[in-house]
Amino acid sequence: MIPADLKYSESHEWVRVEGDTATIGITDHAQTELGDIVFIEAPEIGDTVEAHEPCGSIESVKAAEDLKSPVSGEVLEINEELNDAPELVNEDPYGKGWIFKVKLADPSGLDTLLDANGYAEIAAS
Amino acid sequence: MSIRTPFYDKHIAAGARMVDFAGYEMPIQYQGIIAEHVTVRQSVGMFDLSHMGEFWVSGADALPFLMKMMTNNASKLAPGQVMYSAMCYEDGGIVDDLLVYRDMAENRYLLVVNAANIQKDFDWLQRHLEGDVTLENKSAETGLLAIQGPQAEAVVAKMTDLNLADMRYYHFDYGKIAGYDALISRTGYTGEDGFELYLPPEACPAAWDAAVEAGAEFGIKPVGLGARDTLRLEMKMALYGNDIDHTTNPIEAGLGWICKTKNREFIGRDAIVRMKTEKPARKLICFEMQDKNIPRPHYKIFAGDQEVGTVTSGTKSPSLKIGIGLGYVQREFTQEGTELQIEIRQKKAPAKVVKPPFYKNGTVKIGK
Repeated sequence: MIPADLKYSESHEWVRVEGDTATIGITDHAQTELGDIVFIEAPEIGDTVEAHEPCGSIESVKAAEDLKSPVSGEVLEINEELNDAPELVNEDPYGKGWIFKVKLADPSGLDTLLDANGYAEIAAS
Repeated sequence: MSIRTPFYDKHIAAGARMVDFAGYEMPIQYQGIIAEHVTVRQSVGMFDLSHMGEFWVSGADALPFLMKMMTNNASKLAPGQVMYSAMCYEDGGIVDDLLVYRDMAENRYLLVVNAANIQKDFDWLQRHLEGDVTLENKSAETGLLAIQGPQAEAVVAKMTDLNLADMRYYHFDYGKIAGYDALISRTGYTGEDGFELYLPPEACPAAWDAAVEAGAEFGIKPVGLGARDTLRLEMKMALYGNDIDHTTNPIEAGLGWICKTKNREFIGRDAIVRMKTEKPARKLICFEMQDKNIPRPHYKIFAGDQEVGTVTSGTKSPSLKIGIGLGYVQREFTQEGTELQIEIRQKKAPAKVVKPPFYKNGTVKIGK
């Protein structure tokens, strides 16, 4: 249910690290809580994002929530498919529903994130 | 402690996500707001509205009492007819918006009020009682199941002995539902044809099961408060607490059609007449976003550099698939086609004033 190969933040984002690139999305628990996702305002390519700071917005039918980056770095890529199909975040939160990628500014920042077991406790609470 | 409605176990069994709403534990959604919304627009959905308040008004002076309290004219009601009305304070601010039912029994009326306002409304009415009038709060003893959508008549017809084909919109009658006595009303808050079934609490689980069974061939789904909000918003039906409250006058809210001011007196009349004559400084408008942004309550509305209003309701319309909203705007900027900007996260997103309703293919028409 919670993939073991990812890192997690307490604010329900996940990070997949490949080299110095981090792919970021929101967890299955987060998408379930939000309900139907209808709009995602991702940061722009070239933006610098700060760990745990809001860098965009994720909107369900009911409400707008901050999108936070679990890591600091420069935005390399955003998932353009979400422009027309934000529901991919509901349908496949750890796959096709990824939101953006950053070039890691400081890989040691990853150590402060949760592993799957740690996040499972947060999601259950 | 939230109050559980008589349908509580049915919600849990149907996989509802429950939230506290005005002190009631209510389903916000089951499968998802969009799927539930679409089901009501295309076929039929069922809603637990047992949180709504029901007051019975009776006695020889019941009608004069309602004539004093209601902005709409209860003397025009035929037995078995329903009207939408507001109650106002002396200054024209809205106490609540509600339905008024004239019973077949003489001098007997039912008022259906918003859940969040039950105590306030009851106190307000109680305070103004005069003559031979009995006011009873039957909210706790009344369950309410709404069946809404183009297939609503086909579903409810299978649940009752009443001939529904003869029942016009905003009319009601008594009949059996699942073997229990029920008040069956052709009313709703979705813009679609539909019925509201007022039931004793002990009838509710059986009525729920009967609706599930009768609606199976039409793909009936339970619908939560999330889709109830998007359905009403697409029709520009006001939500008390968002679009109207004690600080708004019915005229600026576009509810002049429920204020019958000629040759009568009622609480708030003078303030309403004054605002009608002087023209309100602001009006509740409908607007559509011109990009992908979604308006939300309390966002500011601009015309260029000038702040001209505030959003009161907003969502992404599941039917139109664009951001839609209601908001109060200075009168000069309320004309259809006026270009406005909504401030969303420090940026200004383009919007345009449109004519209500947003969704034009509803199977009933509200108002005039």
